[in-house]
Amino acid sequence: MNNISTSLRRVGAVFVKELVQMRRDRLTFGMMFGIPILQLILFGYAINTDPKNLPTALLIGEQTPVIRTLIAGLENSGYYDIVLQADDPAASEALLASGQVAFVVSIPAGFTKQLVRGERPQMLIEADASDPAAASNAIARAEAIVSRALHHELQRGPLSHLASQPPPVELIIHARYNPEGKSSYNIVPGLLGVILTMTLVMITAMAMTREVERGTMENLLAMPVNPAEVMIGKITPYVLVGSVQTAVILIAANLLFSVPFAGPIWLLLAGTCIFMFANLALGFTFSTIARSQMQAMQLTFFFFLPSILLSGFMFPFRGMPGWAQILGEALPLTHFLRIVRGVMLKGADLGQLHAPILSICLFTAVIMTVALLRYRRTLD
Amino acid sequence: MNENLAIDVRHLVKRFGDRSAVNDIDIAMPRGEVWGFLGPNGSGKTTTIRMICGLLNISDGAGETLGFDIRRHPEEIKARTGYMTQHFSFWEDLTIRENIEFVGRLYGLSDLRGTVDRTIEQLGMTHRQKQLAGELSGGWKQRLALAAVTMHNPQLLLLDEPTAGVDPQARRDFWDEIHKLSTQGMTVLVSTHYMDEAERCDHIVYLANGRKMAEGTVQQIIDRSGLVTFRGEGTGVRRLASDLKQKAGAAHVAYFGAALHVSSTDRQAISRMIDDEGRTDVTWNEVRPSLEDAFIALMKEAGEDQRLHH
Repeated sequence: MNNISTSLRRVGAVFVKELVQMRRDRLTFGMMFGIPILQLILFGYAINTDPKNLPTALLIGEQTPVIRTLIAGLENSGYYDIVLQADDPAASEALLASGQVAFVVSIPAGFTKQLVRGERPQMLIEADASDPAAASNAIARAEAIVSRALHHELQRGPLSHLASQPPPVELIIHARYNPEGKSSYNIVPGLLGVILTMTLVMITAMAMTREVERGTMENLLAMPVNPAEVMIGKITPYVLVGSVQTAVILIAANLLFSVPFAGPIWLLLAGTCIFMFANLALGFTFSTIARSQMQAMQLTFFFFLPSILLSGFMFPFRGMPGWAQILGEALPLTHFLRIVRGVMLKGADLGQLHAPILSICLFTAVIMTVALLRYRRTLD
Repeated sequence: MNENLAIDVRHLVKRFGDRSAVNDIDIAMPRGEVWGFLGPNGSGKTTTIRMICGLLNISDGAGETLGFDIRRHPEEIKARTGYMTQHFSFWEDLTIRENIEFVGRLYGLSDLRGTVDRTIEQLGMTHRQKQLAGELSGGWKQRLALAAVTMHNPQLLLLDEPTAGVDPQARRDFWDEIHKLSTQGMTVLVSTHYMDEAERCDHIVYLANGRKMAEGTVQQIIDRSGLVTFRGEGTGVRRLASDLKQKAGAAHVAYFGAALHVSSTDRQAISRMIDDEGRTDVTWNEVRPSLEDAFIALMKEAGEDQRLHH
């Protein structure tokens, strides 16, 4: 009995000491309480697996009341948000490839006349299926939406006798870039970005922090090597690590998952280089904030979770509310996913991807500025 | 600027927030000498050394190390200085040889391989050069660190408590090495807590609370203290000590081995104290004050112990 109570007292002593130490490490303390609440609210409201209001382009050959009804029906469904009119197929193709729109709805000239004659005119919906989950609900409901829209039109007028013969329109759906709707086509290229983010940010943040934590930083600073030299020397090995990872993932994407590679490889490699640099810069910035490797690791995770959840890697980017999309736009992974999916699945070229590339460059510039402002040449 | 001075700093001030760690320190150290930096923990020794070699920005004051402005040319100073940190700061997950090679490369040594071979041989570590530095004992770590910070033949060597936690034999060996480097023309500034080490220095600077309290040779510091010291020996010493400490007033009472030293600038006060005790089991003799007696007096003079860190 006595043994148990003395043992409990010792457990209590360790418990109290642990609480005191926990409280003293403010960053960890914040990570344990503030951050989870923030994340709960953030992700709880942001994530939505049934995206609506997907941007849609129209390519229509004629303007008639029937077509207007049809378009109104698409919009009223909540899935399609008509944002612009394309002039020709080449323009609509570019919009889809650059990711500006998720759908292109094409209605050829003569559609109304054929419809009136009961000839079942064709109507084409091209969907960006590079993310099958994002497009699937809109595609699945397309037939019903079109039928219902026309149903009203046909029943009201003198053409009501046609309404009983379903369906009045032959709806053709092209699931572009990933016709079989394979998730791996979307996930595997995305994983390239996720894996690079994870390793490069964490390794860089920890490598610099380790020198400080072990006291070897003082020694380094006392020798004739300047901070830029230290930084470049320390980061370069991880550029090699990132390059090897990229090669492994791309080879695996091809051999194991048969992911298509439609675009120019140089563009993907250039985009990957810029993206790696952005992550290394971020890791370096974390190392100027964290005082221990533990904190560096926590900061990395704090960054990593939104990168996965808000970038469009796991859940459709367009499914998120506006504020979450703005947050997502601030993450380099969001832009890298557009590059890697654009090049591999859509065969996008530089002209269609300059926006995400510039965004990553901007991110890098901002982060580097923070890093250089925070980095000290002395021990102060 | 004096060409003969290795270190020439004036009114050096270092503030961390609103606390000043170093306050108005002047040091003019000629080339080729071995100087000792003494003072209690937190007195500003490490901070001063770091400012001298450009590792910390100075808050106020001015100075040159090896003729280079410490504000504007820290890189020039670093290239010509060897700085051994208080705590072992080489890479424990690198081998002895890898550590030395790395340092050699940073300093851009010509004939790297030869220099590294020679350095390791002089260290007597040729047969264990592939051992990880982290596996070495305290004494060997210090020797490795000293070899690494001197392999580029610096003009100035700054050693921050190099022998803390090292056994007496290793300490003596370490000092033999320091004197050898000094005879080769290296200027050496070493901070220490050990009196025997202080007595091996040409010149001593004593800091307390970030201020320079005294400087000079050992003899000068003792003489200037103006102390009179009595040494009490005998079986009753232990019982006497706490009594005396309470009554001491302006005098300082301290143990030296088994004996008790009572020091004061006021000879009569001490005589009176000792006479009053009148114990028969303690015999008193007047002795020459030691350096430590002088430091104890200096520390008391500096006022309350204001050590804040370390």
